[in-house]
Amino acid sequence: MPTTETYLAKSTDIAARKLGDETIIMSTLDSTIFMLNPTGTAIWEAADGNATLSRIIEEKLCAEFDVPLEQASADARHFVDELAEHGILVVSDHPIPQ
Amino acid sequence: MNCPKRGNFNVTKRSGSDRFFCYKMAPHMGALSNCADHEVMIEIGCIPIALQTCDSDFVSLLRSRYGDYIQTGKTADFTFRVELIPPGTFNPEDDAEVWFEKGEWRLERGDFRATWSQDTRQGVIRQSANPYSIDSVLRITHTLLLARTGGFLLHASSAERNGKAYLFSGLSEAGKTTIASLAPADVALLTDEASYVRRVADHYMAYGTPFAGELGRPGKNVSAPIAAVYLLEKAQQNRIANMEPAEAIRRLMRNILFFAHDPELVRLVFESACAFVAAVPVYQLSFFPDERVWDLIG
Repeated sequence: MPTTETYLAKSTDIAARKLGDETIIMSTLDSTIFMLNPTGTAIWEAADGNATLSRIIEEKLCAEFDVPLEQASADARHFVDELAEHGILVVSDHPIPQ
Repeated sequence: MNCPKRGNFNVTKRSGSDRFFCYKMAPHMGALSNCADHEVMIEIGCIPIALQTCDSDFVSLLRSRYGDYIQTGKTADFTFRVELIPPGTFNPEDDAEVWFEKGEWRLERGDFRATWSQDTRQGVIRQSANPYSIDSVLRITHTLLLARTGGFLLHASSAERNGKAYLFSGLSEAGKTTIASLAPADVALLTDEASYVRRVADHYMAYGTPFAGELGRPGKNVSAPIAAVYLLEKAQQNRIANMEPAEAIRRLMRNILFFAHDPELVRLVFESACAFVAAVPVYQLSFFPDERVWDLIG
């Protein structure tokens, strides 16, 4: 059975500012603020609606940070779930038009 | 007070953005009387707002409450007609709600109802004859006006010393009123509750406000360029520490006063906070609550 791909896109209901290699993001719906570290920022910046989470993990996290694939996958999925739960990231099993 | 050139408050709102507002209507804003025998002009942050009322006692209350902030001979940026109603007319338990609908801002709380039109710059306030309700309406109105001009109201005390302004922010009990009450004689207190921040050209100004906290007295009606913001915490020793911009923005956003359910304006406030932190140093100030803390300020 094929594995379903997870596509990521930034919500339009946010305001964000990159400061150095970190990013601060605020939901404009409930004013919740998130601070992303460099790895979170890497995922955030790659979330363009066409990138899959597995590709981001492989090309952005494992290639640019010293982290094993298994750990990167677990951490990234937890990160994505949390941001999606707050409406910061949009998650779909199809590409997301931006 | 030297005010920047007038007329730069563009509060035009994009059409369609009121789709975000799903709050209850305000059917109580009925037909208005035409009674407005008296007018009191209250200028805060160089924005004169006229309050019209039929009630001479309420005029006296306003003059007493707003003191140095009462202006005469100016043209109002906004005019509110104040209709006085019996206390308890609305549900006193209602929290503040602010939203935009059909070209008007609507402000509601358990003790007042208010609307104002962006096009006509006129509105109406219904409240009982008390200073707290009008104070809240003015605060909310100023937050809406400032949001589009790069400014904001910050839950902070502020003071002017040697021609520069210093803001002291933090959550409740952090020491905003304490540090204000410890200020030496050469310090002019701008507020111990709500600091008024405006972007003027390429810098930021703090203005005195009548919005008082525990000290119970209005700030001095003066302004000065902001030299620093201190985020407070009480400690055993006085210490100033630098703060990373991201953390400074996060902490500032927690203390910026903004009440409207309006994603577009919330985004602007966030961007204002980011721009502010890029221009004004923000520090962590740990302080022991005695007058020596002022040796570090200014």
